[in-house]
Amino acid sequence: MYQLIVFLPLIGAIIAGLLGTQAFRMMGSTVDSHGHDDAHAGHAHAHDDHGHDDHAHHAYPTPWAAYLTSGLLVISAILSWVAFWQYMHEAEPMKVEVLRWVNSGALNANWAFRIDTLTAVMLVVVNTVSSLVHIYSIGYMSHDPHQPRFFAYLSLFTFAMLMLVTSDNLLQMFFGWEGVGLASYLLIGFWYHKPSANAAAIKAFIVNRVGDFGFLLGIAAVFLIFGSIEFDTIFSSAAEQVGKTMTFLSWQFDVLTAICLLLFMGAMGKSAQFLLHTWLPDAMEGPTPVSALIHAATMVTAGVFLVARMSPLYELAPHARDVVIVVGAITAFFAATVGLVQNDIKRVIAYSTCSQLGYMFVAMGVGAYGVGMFHLFTHAFFKALLFLGSGSVIHAMSNEQDIRKMGGLAPHIRVTWAMMLIGTLSLTGFPYTAGYFSKDAIIEGAFTSHAAAAGFAFVLLVVAAFCTSFYSWRLMFLTFHGKSRATSEVMSHVHESPQVMMAPLYILAAGALLAGIVFAPYFIGHDEVHFWAQGIFRGPENKIIEEMHHVPAWVKWSPFVAMVLGFALAYQFYIRRTDIPGKLAEQHWPLYQFLLNKWYFDELYDFIFVNPAKWLGRFLWKRGDGWLIDGFGPDGVSARVVDVTQRVVKLQSGYLFHYAFAMLIGVAALVTWFMFGSAH
Amino acid sequence: MMSLLDHIQGTAALPEIFLVVAAMALLMFGVFREKSADIVNIAAIVVLGIAVAMVIWGGEGRQEAFGGSLVIDTFARFMKVLTLFGSAVAIVLSVNFMKTEKIERFEYPILVLLATAGMMIMISANDLVALYMGLELQSLALYVVAAIDRDKAKSSEAGLKYFVLGALSSGMLLYGASLIYGFTGHVAFPEIARALAAGEPGLGLIFGLVFLIAGLAFKVSAVPFHMWTPDVYEGAPTPVAAFFAAAPKIAAMALFVRAMLAPFSGVLPDWQQILVFISIASMVLGAFAAIGQTNIKRLVAYSSIGHMGYALIGLAAGSPEGVRSVVIYMTIYLIMTLGTFACILAMRRKDGQVETISDLAGLARTNGLHAFFLAVFMFSLAGIPPLAGFFAKYFIFMAAIKANLVTLAVIGVLASVVGAVYYIRIVKLMYFDEPAERFEPMVTEVKAVVVLAGLFVLLFALFPQPLNSLAEAAAASLF
Repeated sequence: MYQLIVFLPLIGAIIAGLLGTQAFRMMGSTVDSHGHDDAHAGHAHAHDDHGHDDHAHHAYPTPWAAYLTSGLLVISAILSWVAFWQYMHEAEPMKVEVLRWVNSGALNANWAFRIDTLTAVMLVVVNTVSSLVHIYSIGYMSHDPHQPRFFAYLSLFTFAMLMLVTSDNLLQMFFGWEGVGLASYLLIGFWYHKPSANAAAIKAFIVNRVGDFGFLLGIAAVFLIFGSIEFDTIFSSAAEQVGKTMTFLSWQFDVLTAICLLLFMGAMGKSAQFLLHTWLPDAMEGPTPVSALIHAATMVTAGVFLVARMSPLYELAPHARDVVIVVGAITAFFAATVGLVQNDIKRVIAYSTCSQLGYMFVAMGVGAYGVGMFHLFTHAFFKALLFLGSGSVIHAMSNEQDIRKMGGLAPHIRVTWAMMLIGTLSLTGFPYTAGYFSKDAIIEGAFTSHAAAAGFAFVLLVVAAFCTSFYSWRLMFLTFHGKSRATSEVMSHVHESPQVMMAPLYILAAGALLAGIVFAPYFIGHDEVHFWAQGIFRGPENKIIEEMHHVPAWVKWSPFVAMVLGFALAYQFYIRRTDIPGKLAEQHWPLYQFLLNKWYFDELYDFIFVNPAKWLGRFLWKRGDGWLIDGFGPDGVSARVVDVTQRVVKLQSGYLFHYAFAMLIGVAALVTWFMFGSAH
Repeated sequence: MMSLLDHIQGTAALPEIFLVVAAMALLMFGVFREKSADIVNIAAIVVLGIAVAMVIWGGEGRQEAFGGSLVIDTFARFMKVLTLFGSAVAIVLSVNFMKTEKIERFEYPILVLLATAGMMIMISANDLVALYMGLELQSLALYVVAAIDRDKAKSSEAGLKYFVLGALSSGMLLYGASLIYGFTGHVAFPEIARALAAGEPGLGLIFGLVFLIAGLAFKVSAVPFHMWTPDVYEGAPTPVAAFFAAAPKIAAMALFVRAMLAPFSGVLPDWQQILVFISIASMVLGAFAAIGQTNIKRLVAYSSIGHMGYALIGLAAGSPEGVRSVVIYMTIYLIMTLGTFACILAMRRKDGQVETISDLAGLARTNGLHAFFLAVFMFSLAGIPPLAGFFAKYFIFMAAIKANLVTLAVIGVLASVVGAVYYIRIVKLMYFDEPAERFEPMVTEVKAVVVLAGLFVLLFALFPQPLNSLAEAAAASLF
C-alpha cells in the first residue's frame, strides 16, 4: 500500500512528462505555442498568472495527462487516509524496505519507508492537498498549452515530497528535500518566458542552497558522530551524546546543539524562516495552484517536519531549541507586519504563510511537537483554501492581483467569497475553526514553556495574531466589500469559476472548519500521548502538553482578543473610514515604507551578497576567463600567430634582390656561426 | 653499342642515357611534325615508363658508372622510380590544362624528360662534378619550364626569378665545391670521406660545406633559400607547379642525403647544426607564412617549404632510421602533393582556372568527391591520423628522438600544430561555408590521379609494410 502511495505520483509524472510532451510535439502545435508565448510576452500582462483566457482560439491538447495524474493522486490520497485511520487507532510503526541504495564503507543507506504517526499525518496532508490542487488545476490550467508538463511537475513534486516524509534515513530525506526543491524551481519558473518568473525560480533555488548547505553539514556531522545516518540508530544512541563536544577549527561545539542547529539551518531555508525567507514571496510568480500546494501546504512545512522527525535530538539540545523559538517568533512577527501593507493578494497570503510557519517552529522549539504538527495539519487546509480561493478571485478579475483595484466583489462571486471567509476565519483563529485549536495551542505552549526565550516568543506571537487578523480582514474587505475600484470592463467579466475548481474549495473549506474539532483530541488532546507515541519523542521532563491546559484564563483569551481587535481595526479602516489608512501611511511614512519594502531585506541581501557575488562572477568571467585565460591562452596565441604571419608575409616582397639578399644573409649567418660559435 | 658503353663504363647509367637519347629523338619528331604535342606527351610518358622498368630491372646491388662518378644502389633506384613517377604524373596532369589554356607545346614534355634525366644524375651523383652536372641539367630545363607560358608576365617573371636565384645558388654551390676540393684534394665522395677520416677538418672545409648546403637547400627550397618558391609556384602554370613540387624535390632531397652522408658522415656534428637550423626555420616559416595566403598555390608552396623542413629533420638525424624516414616522408609527400595539385587543377570554372582559396567555399555541396579528397589531402598534409601524412611525420620524429634531437622534434610538432590551422581552414571553408559558384567537372585523368592518390593516403595505415621495407633497404644501402 505504501509503495502505491509513494510511487503512483511518480508513475503519473513519468507518463505525463514523457508521453505528454511527446504527444504534444506529435500534434505539431509546438510552433503554435511558441507564437502564443511570444504574443503573451508582448501583451504586457504584468500578472499573467493564468493569462490564457484571451487566446481561446488555440487548439489545446486533450487534458488526458491532467486526468491521469489527478486520478493517480486521488488514489494515493485515499490510501493515505486509510493509513492515517490505522495510525489513529494504534498501528505499529513499520519499515518497508524498497531496495538497497548506497553501501559504501560505513555508510549505509537503503530506500526504505519509515511509517509512523508522523509520516501518516504528512502523507494525509501532502496527498490530500496535492490531489485537490491537481483537480483544481484541471480547470485553472485548462487553457495552457503546456498542460502535460505542468501536471508532470506537480506529480513529480508530490513524489519527492512523499519520499521526504517517508524517508528512513537522512540521505533519502535529502533526496526528497532536493527533489521538492527542484520541482519548486521548475514550477515557479513554469512560465519561463517571463523574466520575473525565472528570476524568482533562481532566487528560490539559490536561497534554498544556503539552507541545504547547512542541512548537508548536519548530515555529515550526524554521520561523523553516530557513524550512521539511519534514524533508528541515531535515535537509539542520541542519549549517549549528551554533553559531548566536538572540535572544529579549534572551536569546541556541543555535539547535539551543533547538529541540531545545522539541521535547523536546512529547515530555515526550506520553510522560509527569518533571514532565509526572501524567496517565498517571490515564488508567487508560479501558477496559483503551485503556490497553494508547494508554497503553503506542503514543501514549506518540510522544515517543520524535519524538526519533528529529529525530535529525539532536539529534545536533548535545549540551546538549539532556544534558537528555534527565537527564529520562529521573529519570523511570525516580521512576516505578519510586512503582510499588513502588501497589496498583492498572493503576497499577503505568502507572508501569512511565512508567519504561520514561524508559529510552527515556536511550537517545535518549546517542545510541543504535536502542537506544531497539528498547526501544520490545519494550516494546510485553510492556507490551501485561501490560495485556491484567491486563485478563483484572480480568475474572476481577469488576472488582476492588486487588491487596491478590487472591492465589492462579494455579490458577484458569492461562493468564492464564502470560501475565502471560511479560510480567513480559520486563519485568524475564530473559535472552533481549525486554526483556533492549533494556533491558540501554540500561543499557550509558548506561555507555558520554561525555555529562556519563551516569554519573548509569547508576546511576539500574540502581536502577530493581531496583525494576522488585521491583514486577513483587510484582504477580505478590500477584495470583496466596499465600492469596486476595478474598471467597469473588468467588473462586467467577473464570474464564478467552474465547478472543477470550486469542488476542491468545498473540501478544503470543510477541512478548515472541522479539522480542528475532529482531530484536536488526537493531536493535542487527551489521546495525544497515544497518538504520538511512536512518531515523536519527548523527554521525561517535557510535560508541556499537560501544563498547557492549565494556563491562566487571560492567556487563553489573549489570541481571541487580538483577533477581535484586528478585525475591528480592519473594519474601521477599510469599511467605515477608508481615508484613515492613507493618512496613517503619510504620518508614519518611514515605517510604512519599511514595512512595504519588507524590512528592506532584498536590498540588504543585494548589497551584502548578490552584488559582491555578481562582481566576483563578472571579475572572474571578464578578467579571469576572458582576459587571463582566453587572452593568454587561445585568443592570445592565435593573435600572436596572426601577427607573426603578417610579418613573415611582408618578408616576401617580390623583389629579386631581397630574395638574393636573404640567401646571402643566410650563408653569411651560417659561416659566422662556424667562425665564432662552434668549436672551430 | 654495348661495347661502347662498357668501354666508358656506362652500362649502369643506361636509363639516363636512354632518357636523354629519347628526349632528343622526340625533339626532332616534334620539330618536324605539326601539332605533335599529343603524341609527344604520350611518348614521353611511355619513355618515363620504360625508364622505370630499366631502373627496376637494371641489376641488383651497388653498381658504378663512369669510373665511380655515378653510383646506382637501392637508394638511388628507389628515388629514381619516385622521380620518374612524379614526372610522368606531372605530364599526365598537364595535358588537358595546356590544351584549355592554349599553351600546348611539344617542348614541355621534352623539357620534363631532360629535367628528369638531370634529376637521375643528381640522385646517382657520387662526386662533386656529377653533382653539379646533374643539378645544372635539371635546373636549366626547369628555368624554361617555369616560363613556359611565356605570354603571361607572371610566368615569365617566375622563370626569370628562378633563373637568377638559381644561378646565384649554383655559384654558391660551385664555390663550396671548389673549397672542398681545395681542402681535401678530391672530388669523389668516397675519397673526400677518406681524406676527412685521415685528419681533423679545417675551417675552410666547413666553409665549403656551408656553401654546398646553401646550394642544395635552394633546390629543396629550405629557409632562408626558399624565397623563389611561392613566386614560382604562383606564376608558373599549375601543372608546372605540380611538377616543381614533386619530382625535383625528390631528386634534390636524394642528392642532399647522399651528398651529406657519403662524403661528410665524418663531420656529422658540423653539418647537423646547419640542418637543424634550416629545418627549424623551414618548418616555422612554412607554418606561419601559409596562414596569411589567399592563393592556394602560394599556400601549397609554403606548405612544401614546411614539409622540406620536416624531411630535413630525418636527414639531420644522420642515421639509417633517419634516412629511412626521409625516404618514407618523400614518398608520401610526393603522392599527397600530386593529389593536392590535381585538386587544384580541378578548380576550373566556365571562364577559366581559379586559384583563390575562397573559391573553394562550400565545395562539399557542389562537388562532394572533389571536396572529400581535397579534405583528405589537407588532413594528411596536416599530419592527422590515420592518414598517410601522420605516419610520415611519425617516423621522422621517432628518428629525431632516437638521434637525441628531442628539441627539434618538439619544435616540429609545435609547428605542425600551427600548420594545421591553414589546412583545416580549407576543410572548414569547403564544408561549412556558403557555396561559391560550382566548378566544371573534373577531367578523367585528373580525377584518376585524385582518387588514386586519395586512396593511397587513406589506406596507407592498413598496408605500410611494403613501403617500410623498401625504405629500409634504400637507407641501408647508404651506410
